[in-house]
Amino acid sequence: MALSNEQIERYSRHLILKGVGVSGQKKLLAGKVLVIGAGGLGAPALMYLAAAGVGTIGIADADVVDRSNLQRQIIHSTPDIGKKKVDSARETIEALNPDVKVITYPDYVKADNILDLIKDYDFILDGTDNFPAKFLINDACVIAKKPFCHAGIIRFSGQLMTYVPGEGPCYRCIFKDMPPKDAVPTCKEAGVIGAVAGVIGSLQAMEAVKYLLGTGELLTGKLLTYDALVSKFNRITLPSHVSNCAVCGDHPTIPKPIDYEQPACDLRKGV
Amino acid sequence: MKLIISGEIKTYEDGITISQLIKEEKVETPDYVTVSVNTEFPDREAYETTVLNEGDQVEFLYFMGGGAYGAFQ
Repeated sequence: MALSNEQIERYSRHLILKGVGVSGQKKLLAGKVLVIGAGGLGAPALMYLAAAGVGTIGIADADVVDRSNLQRQIIHSTPDIGKKKVDSARETIEALNPDVKVITYPDYVKADNILDLIKDYDFILDGTDNFPAKFLINDACVIAKKPFCHAGIIRFSGQLMTYVPGEGPCYRCIFKDMPPKDAVPTCKEAGVIGAVAGVIGSLQAMEAVKYLLGTGELLTGKLLTYDALVSKFNRITLPSHVSNCAVCGDHPTIPKPIDYEQPACDLRKGV
Repeated sequence: MKLIISGEIKTYEDGITISQLIKEEKVETPDYVTVSVNTEFPDREAYETTVLNEGDQVEFLYFMGGGAYGAFQ
């Protein structure tokens, strides 16, 4: 389908860009991206995906907007306090770009619904804050052969990596198994700077956009870390294959997604 | 002996093990850090016995949460 006059105007900076152009914009408009977690990471990622004209955006989050979210979750505003995050995010996206079809899932992502949730999407962004969710998303994407981008943030730091089936290690290759409760600090306990969420969430959006366009190099086999205090990025090369990985190794022992019983945080608010 | 830690050249005593390096570098979560040596992951169980060599490139990979809580409970 040809672009409308409004679309030609809206996406003009893409259309003149070598590496995007009309064909790339059509790929974005045909693209389907699921963002799990409409919080610190999901908020900027969702806004850039929507502004870029990614045609279908799924948002999964069961939480409501809290005042303490607004320091970094820029897709939500003060009048949204108390609203479901998926509804608040949908309203912001619809006001930003009517080309985007938004599909909301105001449910907790669990082992029994994640495969169904991700199956229709081209690319998945992990914008969750806790390790049960991160392992669940990783395992489900490996099992369902879906590409996804993991990210995490804390204090003045952040990191991300991309998994593409058959192209390099997964999250579990690096981190093996859940840390025990309270063994590693969370944003709730340790805090986080809002702009770090903006940097890392925007980089996640960039991974999804590159994947849809089929251009450039993804962060597959790399973990990109960011230390805002010293303005330093470090791109760590990962092993190309971890043979004893429990989900993507030579003899996988995790055939289906697992619900870990223990959430990483005791308190829901403010993360 | 020189090692390259997160891209920076640093000097240590010869024969330092991964566990000793974790201590010297004051890694915040020593029991839950993944150590990469020359882009491979030595077994965690062998950190105490794995001796590092001149010029080894070492990275510390940390668990990081962050983002939204409400997607999972």
